[in-house]
Amino acid sequence: MHLHVLDREINRLNTVRRIILAQSRRANVGHIGSCLCIVEILVALYEYVMKTAPIEDPERDRFILSKGHGALALYAVLALNGHITEDDLNAFCGEDSIFGVHPEKAVPGIDFSTGSLGHGLSIAAGAALAALIQKSRRQIYCLISDAECNEGSVWEAAMFASQHQLGNLHVIVDFNGQQALGLTRDVLDSSNLAERWASFGWRVSEADGHSIPALVDALTSESPARDPHVVLAKTVFGRGVSYMEQGRPITQAHLPVQPINWHYLPMSDREYEIALEELEPAG
Amino acid sequence: MCRLAAADSRILLLTGDLGYMVMEPFRQQFPDRFFNVGVAEQNMIGLATGLAEAGFLPYTYSIATFASLRPFEFIRNGPVLQNLPVRMVGMGAGFEYGHAGPTHYGTEDIAALRTLPGLTVVIPADPAQTVTAMEVTSKLPGPVYYSLGKDDRAVLPQLGGRFELGRAQFIGAGGDVAIVSMGSLSREAVAAADELAARGIKSTVAVVSNFNPDPNDDLAELLAHSSQAITVEAQAISGGLGACVATIIATHGLSCRLRTLAVKTSPDGTSGSQEDRWRKHGLDRGSIVSSVLAKARVAYR
Repeated sequence: MHLHVLDREINRLNTVRRIILAQSRRANVGHIGSCLCIVEILVALYEYVMKTAPIEDPERDRFILSKGHGALALYAVLALNGHITEDDLNAFCGEDSIFGVHPEKAVPGIDFSTGSLGHGLSIAAGAALAALIQKSRRQIYCLISDAECNEGSVWEAAMFASQHQLGNLHVIVDFNGQQALGLTRDVLDSSNLAERWASFGWRVSEADGHSIPALVDALTSESPARDPHVVLAKTVFGRGVSYMEQGRPITQAHLPVQPINWHYLPMSDREYEIALEELEPAG
Repeated sequence: MCRLAAADSRILLLTGDLGYMVMEPFRQQFPDRFFNVGVAEQNMIGLATGLAEAGFLPYTYSIATFASLRPFEFIRNGPVLQNLPVRMVGMGAGFEYGHAGPTHYGTEDIAALRTLPGLTVVIPADPAQTVTAMEVTSKLPGPVYYSLGKDDRAVLPQLGGRFELGRAQFIGAGGDVAIVSMGSLSREAVAAADELAARGIKSTVAVVSNFNPDPNDDLAELLAHSSQAITVEAQAISGGLGACVATIIATHGLSCRLRTLAVKTSPDGTSGSQEDRWRKHGLDRGSIVSSVLAKARVAYR
Protein backbone atom coordinates (compact mmCIF):
# COMPACT_ATOMS: atom_id res chain seq x y z
CA MET A 1 0.00 0.00 0.00
CA HIS A 2 2.78 2.30 0.96
CA LEU A 3 4.69 1.41 -2.20
CA HIS A 4 1.60 2.02 -4.27
CA VAL A 5 1.27 5.53 -2.91
CA LEU A 6 4.93 6.10 -3.55
CA ASP A 7 4.60 4.91 -7.16
CA ARG A 8 1.69 7.17 -7.69
CA GLU A 9 3.68 10.06 -6.28
CA ILE A 10 6.70 9.38 -8.50
CA ASN A 11 4.44 9.20 -11.50
CA ARG A 12 2.80 12.43 -10.52
CA LEU A 13 6.11 14.22 -10.17
CA ASN A 14 7.36 12.80 -13.44
CA THR A 15 4.20 13.80 -15.21
CA VAL A 16 4.67 17.39 -14.03
CA ARG A 17 8.29 17.33 -15.18
CA ARG A 18 7.29 15.85 -18.55
CA ILE A 19 4.78 18.65 -19.07
CA ILE A 20 7.44 21.24 -18.20
CA LEU A 21 9.92 19.71 -20.61
CA ALA A 22 7.42 19.15 -23.41
CA GLN A 23 5.96 22.63 -23.26
CA SER A 24 9.37 24.29 -22.92
CA ARG A 25 10.56 22.38 -25.97
CA ARG A 26 7.42 23.13 -28.00
CA ALA A 27 7.56 26.84 -27.11
CA ASN A 28 11.37 26.88 -27.33
CA VAL A 29 11.77 28.87 -24.11
CA GLY A 30 14.01 28.78 -21.05
CA HIS A 31 13.42 29.02 -17.28
CA ILE A 32 13.37 25.21 -17.35
CA GLY A 33 15.69 24.75 -14.36
CA SER A 34 13.61 27.18 -12.27
CA CYS A 35 10.46 25.19 -13.02
CA LEU A 36 11.99 21.74 -12.41
CA CYS A 37 13.25 22.65 -8.95
CA ILE A 38 9.82 23.62 -7.56
CA VAL A 39 7.88 20.56 -8.73
CA GLU A 40 7.81 18.82 -5.32
CA ILE A 41 6.94 22.08 -3.56
CA LEU A 42 3.93 22.64 -5.83
CA VAL A 43 2.77 19.03 -5.70
CA ALA A 44 3.06 19.03 -1.90
CA LEU A 45 0.99 22.21 -1.69
CA TYR A 46 -1.68 21.29 -4.21
CA GLU A 47 -2.06 17.61 -3.31
CA TYR A 48 -1.43 17.48 0.41
CA VAL A 49 -1.53 20.89 2.05
CA MET A 50 -3.88 23.39 0.47
CA LYS A 51 -7.63 23.34 0.04
CA THR A 52 -7.91 24.76 -3.47
CA ALA A 53 -11.35 23.72 -4.67
CA PRO A 54 -13.90 24.74 -5.57
CA ILE A 55 -12.47 27.88 -7.12
CA GLU A 56 -15.64 29.87 -6.33
CA ASP A 57 -15.25 29.15 -2.61
CA PRO A 58 -13.90 32.29 -0.93
CA GLU A 59 -12.75 30.12 1.97
CA ARG A 60 -10.30 28.12 -0.14
CA ASP A 61 -6.60 28.61 0.49
CA ARG A 62 -4.64 30.98 -1.73
CA PHE A 63 -1.32 30.45 -3.48
CA ILE A 64 0.88 33.23 -4.82
CA LEU A 65 3.78 32.29 -7.07
CA SER A 66 6.01 35.25 -6.38
CA LYS A 67 8.86 33.69 -8.35
CA GLY A 68 6.59 34.02 -11.36
CA HIS A 69 9.12 32.61 -13.83
CA GLY A 70 8.15 29.17 -12.54
CA ALA A 71 4.63 29.52 -13.93
CA LEU A 72 4.93 26.57 -16.30
CA ALA A 73 5.38 24.25 -13.31
CA LEU A 74 2.24 25.76 -11.78
CA TYR A 75 0.29 25.30 -15.03
CA ALA A 76 1.33 21.64 -15.05
CA VAL A 77 0.07 21.15 -11.49
CA LEU A 78 -3.14 23.07 -12.22
CA ALA A 79 -3.69 20.79 -15.22
CA LEU A 80 -3.20 17.66 -13.13
CA ASN A 81 -5.74 19.00 -10.65
CA GLY A 82 -8.30 19.77 -13.32
CA HIS A 83 -8.22 23.56 -13.07
CA ILE A 84 -6.96 23.91 -16.64
CA THR A 85 -6.96 21.64 -19.70
CA GLU A 86 -4.39 20.15 -22.04
CA ASP A 87 -5.46 22.69 -24.66
CA ASP A 88 -4.63 25.38 -22.12
CA LEU A 89 -1.17 23.89 -21.67
CA ASN A 90 -0.68 23.94 -25.41
CA ALA A 91 -1.46 27.66 -25.34
CA PHE A 92 1.72 28.21 -23.28
CA CYS A 93 3.66 31.03 -24.91
CA GLY A 94 1.10 31.21 -27.72
CA GLU A 95 -0.03 34.46 -29.33
CA ASP A 96 -2.58 36.49 -27.38
CA SER A 97 -2.44 33.78 -24.72
CA ILE A 98 -3.13 34.07 -20.99
CA PHE A 99 -0.55 31.30 -20.45
CA GLY A 100 2.67 33.28 -20.54
CA VAL A 101 6.03 32.62 -18.91
CA HIS A 102 4.71 34.45 -15.83
CA PRO A 103 1.29 33.77 -14.27
CA GLU A 104 -1.77 35.91 -14.96
CA LYS A 105 -4.87 36.01 -12.78
CA ALA A 106 -6.97 35.38 -15.90
CA VAL A 107 -5.90 31.72 -15.57
CA PRO A 108 -8.39 29.62 -13.56
CA GLY A 109 -6.83 28.84 -10.19
CA ILE A 110 -4.44 31.80 -10.26
CA ASP A 111 -5.48 34.68 -8.02
CA PHE A 112 -2.72 37.21 -8.67
CA SER A 113 -0.56 38.18 -11.61
CA THR A 114 3.09 38.08 -10.61
CA GLY A 115 6.49 38.06 -12.22
CA SER A 116 8.32 41.07 -10.83
CA LEU A 117 10.46 39.63 -8.05
CA GLY A 118 9.78 41.08 -4.61
CA HIS A 119 6.12 41.79 -5.40
CA GLY A 120 4.30 38.66 -4.33
CA LEU A 121 5.01 38.58 -0.61
CA SER A 122 3.42 41.93 0.13
CA ILE A 123 0.33 40.87 -1.83
CA ALA A 124 0.31 37.64 0.18
CA ALA A 125 0.58 39.61 3.42
CA GLY A 126 -2.42 41.70 2.30
CA ALA A 127 -4.36 38.54 1.49
CA ALA A 128 -3.44 37.09 4.90
CA LEU A 129 -4.48 40.30 6.69
CA ALA A 130 -7.77 40.23 4.77
CA ALA A 131 -8.44 36.66 5.95
CA LEU A 132 -7.79 37.63 9.57
CA ILE A 133 -10.06 40.69 9.37
CA GLN A 134 -12.76 38.53 7.77
CA LYS A 135 -12.23 35.90 10.49
CA SER A 136 -11.66 33.33 7.75
CA ARG A 137 -9.61 30.18 8.37
CA ARG A 138 -8.16 30.24 4.85
CA GLN A 139 -4.37 30.04 4.66
CA ILE A 140 -2.12 31.99 2.31
CA TYR A 141 0.92 30.32 0.73
CA CYS A 142 3.58 32.24 -1.16
CA LEU A 143 6.55 30.77 -3.02
CA ILE A 144 9.57 33.03 -3.38
CA SER A 145 13.14 32.29 -4.37
CA ASP A 146 16.30 32.75 -2.35
CA ALA A 147 17.59 35.32 -4.84
CA GLU A 148 14.27 37.14 -4.56
CA CYS A 149 15.27 37.85 -0.97
CA ASN A 150 17.68 40.40 -2.52
CA GLU A 151 14.63 42.65 -2.92
CA GLY A 152 14.07 45.11 -0.09
CA SER A 153 10.32 44.84 -0.52
CA VAL A 154 10.48 41.22 0.68
CA TRP A 155 11.72 42.48 4.03
CA GLU A 156 9.16 45.29 4.17
CA ALA A 157 6.48 42.62 3.92
CA ALA A 158 8.32 40.30 6.34
CA MET A 159 8.37 43.03 9.01
CA PHE A 160 4.68 43.76 8.53
CA ALA A 161 3.69 40.09 8.70
CA SER A 162 5.41 39.48 12.04
CA GLN A 163 4.25 42.79 13.51
CA HIS A 164 0.64 41.89 12.67
CA GLN A 165 1.01 38.22 13.66
CA LEU A 166 -0.08 36.85 10.31
CA GLY A 167 -0.01 33.23 11.45
CA ASN A 168 -2.04 32.27 8.39
CA LEU A 169 0.81 33.28 6.06
CA HIS A 170 3.21 30.58 4.90
CA VAL A 171 6.21 31.40 2.76
CA ILE A 172 8.23 28.76 0.99
CA VAL A 173 11.71 29.85 -0.12
CA ASP A 174 13.00 27.92 -3.12
CA PHE A 175 16.52 27.72 -1.75
CA ASN A 176 18.43 26.63 -4.86
CA GLY A 177 21.52 28.73 -4.22
CA GLN A 178 21.73 30.41 -7.56
CA GLN A 179 20.39 33.38 -9.39
CA ALA A 180 20.22 34.71 -12.90
CA LEU A 181 23.90 35.54 -13.32
CA GLY A 182 25.65 33.43 -10.72
CA LEU A 183 25.59 31.62 -7.41
CA THR A 184 23.88 33.53 -4.63
CA ARG A 185 26.98 33.21 -2.46
CA ASP A 186 28.91 35.13 -5.15
CA VAL A 187 26.23 37.74 -5.80
CA LEU A 188 24.57 38.49 -2.45
CA ASP A 189 25.27 35.70 -0.02
CA SER A 190 22.02 34.26 1.30
CA SER A 191 23.38 31.25 3.17
CA ASN A 192 22.12 32.64 6.49
CA LEU A 193 18.52 33.11 5.38
CA ALA A 194 17.29 31.10 8.38
CA GLU A 195 18.81 33.61 10.81
CA ARG A 196 17.55 36.54 8.77
CA TRP A 197 13.95 35.34 8.71
CA ALA A 198 14.09 34.42 12.40
CA SER A 199 15.43 37.86 13.25
CA PHE A 200 12.44 39.36 11.42
CA GLY A 201 10.14 37.51 13.80
CA TRP A 202 9.23 34.53 11.65
CA ARG A 203 8.95 30.89 12.63
CA VAL A 204 11.54 29.15 10.45
CA SER A 205 11.46 25.55 9.24
CA GLU A 206 13.92 23.88 6.93
CA ALA A 207 13.07 21.00 4.62
CA ASP A 208 14.41 19.00 1.72
CA GLY A 209 12.62 20.73 -1.15
CA HIS A 210 12.45 17.50 -3.12
CA SER A 211 10.89 15.38 -0.38
CA ILE A 212 7.11 15.52 -0.34
CA PRO A 213 6.84 14.09 3.22
CA ALA A 214 9.40 16.61 4.51
CA LEU A 215 7.67 19.50 2.80
CA VAL A 216 4.23 18.41 3.98
CA ASP A 217 5.51 17.98 7.53
CA ALA A 218 7.04 21.44 7.52
CA LEU A 219 4.07 23.14 5.89
CA THR A 220 1.53 21.55 8.21
CA SER A 221 3.56 21.96 11.38
CA GLU A 222 1.75 24.03 13.97
CA SER A 223 2.90 26.51 16.50
CA PRO A 224 1.12 28.00 19.49
CA ALA A 225 2.50 31.40 18.49
CA ARG A 226 0.85 33.37 15.73
CA ASP A 227 4.10 34.17 13.95
CA PRO A 228 4.14 33.89 10.18
CA HIS A 229 5.93 30.78 8.97
CA VAL A 230 8.71 30.39 6.42
CA VAL A 231 9.91 27.05 5.08
CA LEU A 232 13.39 27.15 3.60
CA ALA A 233 13.14 24.41 1.01
CA LYS A 234 16.58 23.25 -0.12
CA THR A 235 16.33 22.50 -3.82
CA VAL A 236 18.56 21.56 -6.72
CA PHE A 237 18.26 23.76 -9.77
CA GLY A 238 17.09 21.75 -12.78
CA ARG A 239 16.18 18.81 -10.53
CA GLY A 240 15.56 15.57 -12.41
CA VAL A 241 17.69 16.27 -15.47
CA SER A 242 21.32 15.56 -14.70
CA TYR A 243 22.90 17.81 -17.30
CA MET A 244 20.73 20.70 -16.12
CA GLU A 245 21.66 20.06 -12.48
CA GLN A 246 25.30 20.21 -13.60
CA GLY A 247 24.82 23.34 -15.70
CA ARG A 248 25.99 21.46 -18.76
CA PRO A 249 24.60 22.11 -22.22
CA ILE A 250 24.70 19.02 -24.47
CA THR A 251 24.31 20.26 -28.00
CA GLN A 252 25.24 23.88 -27.40
CA ALA A 253 28.85 22.87 -26.81
CA HIS A 254 30.32 26.32 -27.33
CA LEU A 255 28.77 27.45 -24.02
CA PRO A 256 30.78 27.09 -20.82
CA VAL A 257 29.59 24.68 -18.11
CA GLN A 258 28.05 26.94 -15.49
CA PRO A 259 25.10 26.51 -13.14
CA ILE A 260 23.14 29.39 -14.61
CA ASN A 261 22.89 27.98 -18.14
CA TRP A 262 19.51 26.37 -17.61
CA HIS A 263 18.04 29.51 -16.16
CA TYR A 264 18.02 30.82 -19.71
CA LEU A 265 18.57 28.12 -22.30
CA PRO A 266 15.82 26.46 -24.27
CA MET A 267 16.44 22.80 -25.10
CA SER A 268 17.42 21.44 -28.48
CA ASP A 269 15.55 18.34 -29.70
CA ARG A 270 18.48 16.16 -28.62
CA GLU A 271 18.58 17.73 -25.18
CA TYR A 272 14.83 17.18 -24.86
CA GLU A 273 15.23 13.49 -25.74
CA ILE A 274 17.97 12.99 -23.15
CA ALA A 275 15.95 14.78 -20.50
CA LEU A 276 12.92 12.57 -21.15
CA GLU A 277 15.02 9.40 -20.99
CA GLU A 278 16.27 10.38 -17.55
CA LEU A 279 12.80 10.56 -16.09
CA GLU A 280 11.22 7.35 -14.87
CA PRO A 281 8.73 5.99 -17.39
CA ALA A 282 5.19 7.14 -16.67
CA GLY A 283 2.38 4.60 -16.14
CA MET B 1 -12.98 59.77 4.54
CA CYS B 2 -14.87 59.13 7.77
CA ARG B 3 -18.19 59.73 6.04
CA LEU B 4 -17.29 57.34 3.22
CA ALA B 5 -16.05 54.74 5.71
CA ALA B 6 -19.21 54.99 7.80
CA ALA B 7 -21.26 54.19 4.72
CA ASP B 8 -19.03 51.43 3.36
CA SER B 9 -17.60 48.81 5.70
CA ARG B 10 -15.17 47.62 3.00
CA ILE B 11 -13.08 50.77 3.43
CA LEU B 12 -9.71 50.42 5.19
CA LEU B 13 -7.07 53.12 5.65
CA LEU B 14 -3.35 52.34 5.33
CA THR B 15 -0.70 54.96 5.94
CA GLY B 16 3.02 54.86 5.33
CA ASP B 17 3.62 56.39 8.76
CA LEU B 18 2.48 59.86 7.69
CA GLY B 19 -0.54 62.02 8.41
CA TYR B 20 -0.01 63.67 11.78
CA MET B 21 -3.23 65.57 12.59
CA VAL B 22 -4.86 63.97 9.53
CA MET B 23 -5.32 60.33 10.51
CA GLU B 24 -6.64 60.86 14.03
CA PRO B 25 -10.40 61.12 13.35
CA PHE B 26 -10.43 57.99 11.20
CA ARG B 27 -8.21 56.12 13.62
CA GLN B 28 -10.47 57.00 16.56
CA GLN B 29 -13.68 56.20 14.73
CA PHE B 30 -12.49 53.00 13.00
CA PRO B 31 -9.57 51.60 15.00
CA ASP B 32 -9.92 48.15 13.45
CA ARG B 33 -9.83 49.54 9.94
CA PHE B 34 -6.70 51.68 10.32
CA PHE B 35 -3.18 50.35 9.67
CA ASN B 36 0.07 52.21 9.99
CA VAL B 37 2.19 49.94 7.80
CA GLY B 38 5.41 51.78 8.60
CA VAL B 39 7.72 53.62 6.23
CA ALA B 40 7.33 51.04 3.48
CA GLU B 41 5.39 52.32 0.48
CA GLN B 42 5.99 49.34 -1.80
CA ASN B 43 4.62 46.97 0.81
CA MET B 44 1.71 49.34 1.44
CA ILE B 45 0.59 49.05 -2.20
CA GLY B 46 1.19 45.28 -2.18
CA LEU B 47 -0.88 44.89 0.98
CA ALA B 48 -3.66 46.98 -0.54
CA THR B 49 -3.60 44.76 -3.63
CA GLY B 50 -4.09 41.63 -1.53
CA LEU B 51 -6.77 43.29 0.59
CA ALA B 52 -8.69 44.56 -2.45
CA GLU B 53 -8.71 41.11 -4.03
CA ALA B 54 -10.38 39.81 -0.88
CA GLY B 55 -13.18 42.37 -1.18
CA PHE B 56 -11.88 45.37 0.77
CA LEU B 57 -11.63 48.95 -0.46
CA PRO B 58 -8.22 50.02 0.84
CA TYR B 59 -7.06 53.64 0.81
CA THR B 60 -3.30 54.22 1.03
CA TYR B 61 -1.77 57.46 2.20
CA SER B 62 1.62 59.12 1.92
CA ILE B 63 3.28 62.26 0.58
CA ALA B 64 2.64 62.42 -3.17
CA THR B 65 6.08 61.45 -4.41
CA PHE B 66 6.45 58.61 -1.88
CA ALA B 67 2.90 57.46 -2.59
CA SER B 68 3.44 57.26 -6.33
CA LEU B 69 7.02 57.16 -7.57
CA ARG B 70 8.58 54.89 -4.92
CA PRO B 71 5.98 52.13 -5.44
CA PHE B 72 5.28 52.95 -9.10
CA GLU B 73 5.92 49.40 -10.29
CA PHE B 74 3.84 47.94 -7.44
CA ILE B 75 0.99 50.19 -8.60
CA ARG B 76 1.48 49.12 -12.22
CA ASN B 77 1.71 45.38 -11.53
CA GLY B 78 -0.72 45.40 -8.62
CA PRO B 79 -4.01 47.29 -8.66
CA VAL B 80 -3.64 48.42 -12.27
CA LEU B 81 -2.66 45.09 -13.89
CA GLN B 82 -5.18 43.21 -11.74
CA ASN B 83 -7.87 45.92 -11.95
CA LEU B 84 -8.50 46.12 -8.21
CA PRO B 85 -10.19 49.00 -6.35
CA VAL B 86 -7.19 50.39 -4.46
CA ARG B 87 -7.42 54.12 -3.63
CA MET B 88 -4.04 55.82 -3.39
CA VAL B 89 -3.76 59.26 -1.84
CA GLY B 90 -0.69 61.38 -2.52
CA MET B 91 -0.61 64.41 -0.23
CA GLY B 92 1.13 67.71 -0.91
CA ALA B 93 0.70 68.01 -4.67
CA GLY B 94 3.20 70.03 -6.67
CA PHE B 95 5.29 72.34 -4.51
CA GLU B 96 3.09 72.24 -1.42
CA TYR B 97 5.98 70.88 0.67
CA GLY B 98 8.02 73.83 -0.60
CA HIS B 99 10.44 74.32 2.29
CA ALA B 100 10.97 70.54 2.61
CA GLY B 101 12.94 70.65 -0.61
CA PRO B 102 13.03 68.76 -3.91
CA THR B 103 12.88 65.25 -2.39
CA HIS B 104 9.37 66.11 -1.19
CA TYR B 105 7.97 67.75 -4.33
CA GLY B 106 5.08 66.05 -6.13
CA THR B 107 6.03 67.24 -9.56
CA GLU B 108 6.04 64.00 -11.57
CA ASP B 109 3.36 61.84 -9.96
CA ILE B 110 0.56 62.77 -12.34
CA ALA B 111 2.73 62.68 -15.45
CA ALA B 112 4.05 59.25 -14.44
CA LEU B 113 0.74 57.72 -13.37
CA ARG B 114 -1.10 59.08 -16.43
CA THR B 115 0.89 56.51 -18.42
CA LEU B 116 -1.26 53.76 -16.85
CA PRO B 117 -4.58 53.76 -18.74
CA GLY B 118 -6.27 51.56 -16.14
CA LEU B 119 -5.61 54.04 -13.34
CA THR B 120 -7.97 56.96 -12.81
CA VAL B 121 -5.92 59.98 -11.76
CA VAL B 122 -7.74 62.66 -9.78
CA ILE B 123 -6.25 66.10 -9.12
CA PRO B 124 -8.72 68.23 -7.19
CA ALA B 125 -8.22 71.99 -7.27
CA ASP B 126 -9.54 72.67 -3.77
CA PRO B 127 -11.05 70.97 -0.70
CA ALA B 128 -14.67 71.22 -1.89
CA GLN B 129 -13.79 69.54 -5.18
CA THR B 130 -11.81 66.91 -3.25
CA VAL B 131 -14.95 65.94 -1.34
CA THR B 132 -17.03 65.65 -4.53
CA ALA B 133 -14.29 63.78 -6.40
CA MET B 134 -13.75 61.24 -3.62
CA GLU B 135 -17.47 60.55 -3.46
CA VAL B 136 -17.88 60.31 -7.25
CA THR B 137 -14.94 57.93 -7.60
CA SER B 138 -15.38 55.85 -4.44
CA LYS B 139 -17.38 53.11 -6.15
CA LEU B 140 -15.24 52.76 -9.28
CA PRO B 141 -14.32 49.11 -9.84
CA GLY B 142 -10.68 49.90 -10.70
CA PRO B 143 -7.87 51.80 -8.96
CA VAL B 144 -7.75 55.56 -8.34
CA TYR B 145 -4.87 57.90 -7.48
CA TYR B 146 -5.68 61.20 -5.75
CA SER B 147 -3.15 64.03 -5.80
CA LEU B 148 -4.35 66.16 -2.91
CA GLY B 149 -3.49 69.55 -1.47
CA LYS B 150 -3.11 69.76 2.29
CA ASP B 151 -4.18 73.38 2.73
CA ASP B 152 -7.87 73.56 3.70
CA ARG B 153 -7.86 77.32 3.27
CA ALA B 154 -6.81 77.21 -0.38
CA VAL B 155 -10.32 77.40 -1.81
CA LEU B 156 -11.58 78.19 -5.28
CA PRO B 157 -15.18 79.32 -4.67
CA GLN B 158 -15.91 79.81 -8.40
CA LEU B 159 -15.56 76.06 -8.85
CA GLY B 160 -18.35 75.32 -6.38
CA GLY B 161 -16.91 71.86 -5.71
CA ARG B 162 -17.92 70.63 -9.18
CA PHE B 163 -16.31 67.40 -10.42
CA GLU B 164 -17.28 65.01 -13.21
CA LEU B 165 -15.16 62.12 -14.45
CA GLY B 166 -13.77 62.75 -17.91
CA ARG B 167 -14.92 66.38 -17.89
CA ALA B 168 -13.23 69.74 -17.44
CA GLN B 169 -14.86 72.42 -15.30
CA PHE B 170 -15.10 75.91 -16.76
CA ILE B 171 -14.83 79.23 -14.98
CA GLY B 172 -15.70 82.23 -17.16
CA ALA B 173 -16.45 82.15 -20.86
CA GLY B 174 -14.11 84.65 -22.49
CA GLY B 175 -12.93 84.04 -26.05
CA ASP B 176 -9.50 85.69 -26.17
CA VAL B 177 -7.52 83.01 -24.41
CA ALA B 178 -8.10 79.59 -22.89
CA ILE B 179 -6.27 79.02 -19.62
CA VAL B 180 -6.15 75.30 -18.82
CA SER B 181 -5.08 74.62 -15.26
CA MET B 182 -4.67 71.74 -12.85
CA GLY B 183 -4.64 71.37 -9.08
CA SER B 184 -4.18 74.21 -6.63
CA LEU B 185 -2.62 76.36 -9.36
CA SER B 186 -6.17 76.79 -10.65
CA ARG B 187 -6.48 79.57 -8.07
CA GLU B 188 -3.57 81.34 -9.74
CA ALA B 189 -5.19 80.77 -13.13
CA VAL B 190 -8.46 82.35 -11.99
CA ALA B 191 -6.62 85.26 -10.38
CA ALA B 192 -4.68 85.76 -13.62
CA ALA B 193 -7.95 85.68 -15.58
CA ASP B 194 -9.28 88.46 -13.34
CA GLU B 195 -6.18 90.56 -13.95
CA LEU B 196 -6.40 89.96 -17.68
CA ALA B 197 -10.07 90.95 -17.64
CA ALA B 198 -9.07 94.24 -16.03
CA ARG B 199 -6.82 94.76 -19.04
CA GLY B 200 -9.63 93.93 -21.45
CA ILE B 201 -8.55 90.39 -22.29
CA LYS B 202 -11.37 87.89 -21.87
CA SER B 203 -10.51 84.32 -20.93
CA THR B 204 -11.98 80.97 -20.05
CA VAL B 205 -10.34 78.94 -17.30
CA ALA B 206 -10.70 75.19 -17.80
CA VAL B 207 -9.90 73.29 -14.62
CA VAL B 208 -8.70 69.76 -15.40
CA SER B 209 -9.20 67.50 -12.40
CA ASN B 210 -8.73 64.03 -13.76
CA PHE B 211 -7.05 61.85 -16.37
CA ASN B 212 -8.01 58.34 -17.48
CA PRO B 213 -10.52 59.22 -18.74
CA ASP B 214 -9.04 62.47 -20.01
CA PRO B 215 -11.42 65.40 -20.58
CA ASN B 216 -10.66 65.29 -24.30
CA ASP B 217 -14.07 66.31 -25.62
CA ASP B 218 -14.44 69.33 -23.33
CA LEU B 219 -10.94 70.55 -24.08
CA ALA B 220 -11.23 69.95 -27.83
CA GLU B 221 -14.45 71.99 -27.87
CA LEU B 222 -12.82 74.83 -25.92
CA LEU B 223 -9.63 74.81 -27.96
CA ALA B 224 -11.49 74.72 -31.26
CA HIS B 225 -12.89 78.14 -30.35
CA SER B 226 -9.63 79.57 -28.97
CA SER B 227 -6.80 81.17 -30.91
CA GLN B 228 -4.55 81.00 -27.86
CA ALA B 229 -4.22 78.55 -25.01
CA ILE B 230 -1.95 78.38 -22.01
CA THR B 231 -1.57 75.43 -19.66
CA VAL B 232 -0.60 75.85 -16.01
CA GLU B 233 0.56 72.97 -13.83
CA ALA B 234 3.08 72.18 -11.11
CA GLN B 235 4.15 69.05 -12.99
CA ALA B 236 6.96 67.97 -15.25
CA ILE B 237 6.51 69.30 -18.76
CA SER B 238 6.71 65.76 -20.18
CA GLY B 239 3.51 63.85 -19.81
CA GLY B 240 1.42 66.25 -17.76
CA LEU B 241 -1.39 68.65 -18.62
CA GLY B 242 0.59 70.56 -21.25
CA ALA B 243 1.34 67.33 -23.08
CA CYS B 244 -2.33 66.36 -22.92
CA VAL B 245 -3.49 69.68 -24.37
CA ALA B 246 -0.77 69.66 -27.06
CA THR B 247 -1.92 66.21 -28.13
CA ILE B 248 -5.53 67.35 -28.37
CA ILE B 249 -4.56 70.37 -30.49
CA ALA B 250 -2.42 68.24 -32.79
CA THR B 251 -4.82 65.31 -33.20
CA HIS B 252 -7.77 67.59 -33.91
CA GLY B 253 -5.73 69.74 -36.30
CA LEU B 254 -6.63 72.89 -34.37
CA SER B 255 -4.99 76.22 -35.15
CA CYS B 256 -4.84 77.20 -31.48
CA ARG B 257 -1.40 78.42 -30.36
CA LEU B 258 -0.23 76.85 -27.12
CA ARG B 259 2.13 77.94 -24.39
CA THR B 260 2.87 75.48 -21.58
CA LEU B 261 3.72 76.65 -18.09
CA ALA B 262 5.12 73.69 -16.18
CA VAL B 263 8.19 72.43 -14.36
CA LYS B 264 10.84 72.42 -17.05
CA THR B 265 14.10 72.30 -15.14
CA SER B 266 15.75 69.83 -12.82
CA PRO B 267 15.90 70.73 -9.12
CA ASP B 268 18.80 73.08 -8.40
CA GLY B 269 19.05 72.39 -4.68
CA THR B 270 17.00 75.38 -3.59
CA SER B 271 13.74 75.34 -1.71
CA GLY B 272 11.19 77.93 -0.65
CA SER B 273 7.49 78.42 -0.04
CA GLN B 274 5.01 77.03 -2.55
CA GLU B 275 4.43 80.57 -3.84
CA ASP B 276 8.19 81.06 -4.20
CA ARG B 277 8.44 77.83 -6.18
CA TRP B 278 5.54 78.87 -8.41
CA ARG B 279 7.30 82.16 -9.15
CA LYS B 280 10.64 80.43 -9.70
CA HIS B 281 9.14 78.09 -12.27
CA GLY B 282 6.95 80.80 -13.83
CA LEU B 283 3.63 79.34 -12.72
CA ASP B 284 2.17 82.09 -10.49
CA ARG B 285 -0.55 84.51 -11.51
CA GLY B 286 1.95 87.19 -12.57
CA SER B 287 3.75 84.73 -14.84
CA ILE B 288 0.47 83.61 -16.37
CA VAL B 289 -0.55 87.22 -17.05
CA SER B 290 2.77 88.20 -18.59
CA SER B 291 2.83 85.04 -20.66
CA VAL B 292 -0.61 85.80 -22.08
CA LEU B 293 0.33 89.44 -22.70
CA ALA B 294 3.57 88.45 -24.44
CA LYS B 295 1.68 86.07 -26.63
CA ALA B 296 -0.97 88.68 -27.29
CA ARG B 297 1.72 91.07 -28.51
CA VAL B 298 3.02 88.41 -30.88
CA ALA B 299 -0.48 87.69 -32.09
CA TYR B 300 -1.40 91.30 -32.71
CA ARG B 301 1.87 92.26 -34.36
